[in-house]
Amino acid sequence: MPIQFPIFMDYHSTTPVDPRVLEEMIPFFTQHFGNAASRNHAFGWHAESAVDVARERIAKLIGASSEKEIVLTSGATESNNLAIKGIADFCRDKGRHIITTVIEHKAVLDTCKRLEKEGFEVTYLPVDTDGLVDLNRLEAAFRPDTILVSVMFANNEIGTVQPMAEIGKLCRARGVLFHTDGVQGIGKVPFDVDTMHIDLASITAHKMYGPKGVGALYVRRSKPRVRLVAQMDGGGHERGMRSGTLNVPGIVGFGKAAKILTEEGVAESARIFAQRERLHAKIASRIEETYLNGSRDHRLPGNLNLSFAFVEGEGLMMAIKDVAVSSGSACTSASLEPSYVLRALGVGEELAHSSIRFGLGRFTTDEEVDYVAELVVQKVLKLRELSPLYEMFKEGIDLKSVQWVAH
Amino acid sequence: MAYSEKVLEHAENPRNVGTLDKDDPNVGTGLVGAPACGDVMRLQIRVGEGGLIEDARFKTFGCGSAIASSSLATEWLKGKSLAEASTIKNTSIVEELNLPPVKIHCSVLAEDAIKAAIADYRAKQSVKAARESA
Repeated sequence: MPIQFPIFMDYHSTTPVDPRVLEEMIPFFTQHFGNAASRNHAFGWHAESAVDVARERIAKLIGASSEKEIVLTSGATESNNLAIKGIADFCRDKGRHIITTVIEHKAVLDTCKRLEKEGFEVTYLPVDTDGLVDLNRLEAAFRPDTILVSVMFANNEIGTVQPMAEIGKLCRARGVLFHTDGVQGIGKVPFDVDTMHIDLASITAHKMYGPKGVGALYVRRSKPRVRLVAQMDGGGHERGMRSGTLNVPGIVGFGKAAKILTEEGVAESARIFAQRERLHAKIASRIEETYLNGSRDHRLPGNLNLSFAFVEGEGLMMAIKDVAVSSGSACTSASLEPSYVLRALGVGEELAHSSIRFGLGRFTTDEEVDYVAELVVQKVLKLRELSPLYEMFKEGIDLKSVQWVAH
Repeated sequence: MAYSEKVLEHAENPRNVGTLDKDDPNVGTGLVGAPACGDVMRLQIRVGEGGLIEDARFKTFGCGSAIASSSLATEWLKGKSLAEASTIKNTSIVEELNLPPVKIHCSVLAEDAIKAAIADYRAKQSVKAARESA
């Protein structure tokens, strides 16, 4: 099959809608356009039953025991906000301490920062060089007034998958609620809210071949029954937890996307894992001073985050501009700071600037993998010829001993 | 943010990449930036008998705009006197390459590299002059 350009290798940022998903969505724009809250006519009934089917499919994907545990939202940012602020509001008389990690998505970190301004205390757990949370540190962080632990399932930059079941066990034993931002990992690596003792989980459709603008928050209904304060006032939709007319076509697509992953996720992950390993081997075997960021063993199958020493990430992205990837380089962020996730692993600033994240997914082909591997090898070698740092490295100069003139 | 045509052109076909002998008294070397900041530029000039810059070379660790800024700087330096070279401003580089605001620091770094190379050359020459008069 001929390769189509540009090549998409940024599946952590978003994914294309699977054609099977789109097909199921289309009738709900024009034909079955009813408001799922219209309880008194056929248009409403049709929409509501389609939404219920979607809820069941989403519940099944994550091991929820009832579709009533799925609260539909606009996406994972909203789900994270609703989970953390909603629990904080509900439990503020019980306690005001929250535990999370330093490598969470901004939707969690900035939500926690806002709560700190409102008088909550937040412990940000560090991670080890693989990006894993230290369970002993978590255990030590619990306080009598801890109300919530929020730890992401899989990291969006480095793909590190956290020990959910162990974390859940520690929380459950203390009666502390456990929330996870499950966006990157659900459907890609085994996930089950019961065996992992998860009380709240954020999901989004567009990371799993569904449409953008629709997500969900799993809210456990029994043992324990989780209650939270709605963050949006209105018609009392979603059992009073999230008001707003349901995005029926989006939800139908979300449900279909969940069904496909329930049925095909395991086989798909195995294929993508093999492609990821192939890409890594082809690159690392030919370029010296290449470093893998994140855990080798506890990792999303589609994630490859590499630092190419002496080459700046955005410079490399420009050199491979027919391939869509992402970088932890400051030049690609608005803040001009390199990735806080890589810094949290102890990756030096210079290697953080040199990082590239390859994200492989459902539609990645072997031909694309081989093409990208070859292109990256050629361009890294070319950029190293252009790099004064590589020249100094080759001359045996220790770059750390140089007095740099920072600007 | 899309890159300008000119940045892409320089980044894909950088001019005057290379290394001059930094111990040559007629060569001035400027090394600016820091790996931790994500960009390092090394710009070198060789000054001929008549005081004109007869060669300019660079190597840059940085984004495409940093590479393009230093590539352009070496083109502009060749054939200029040191006095003329010192008047090259980062704003002219911004204009020529259509750099967006977030990339202005790349042009500043290029201007700093030019100044550092000239200063290095002048320092070497004054040492040389001092030795000869001694």
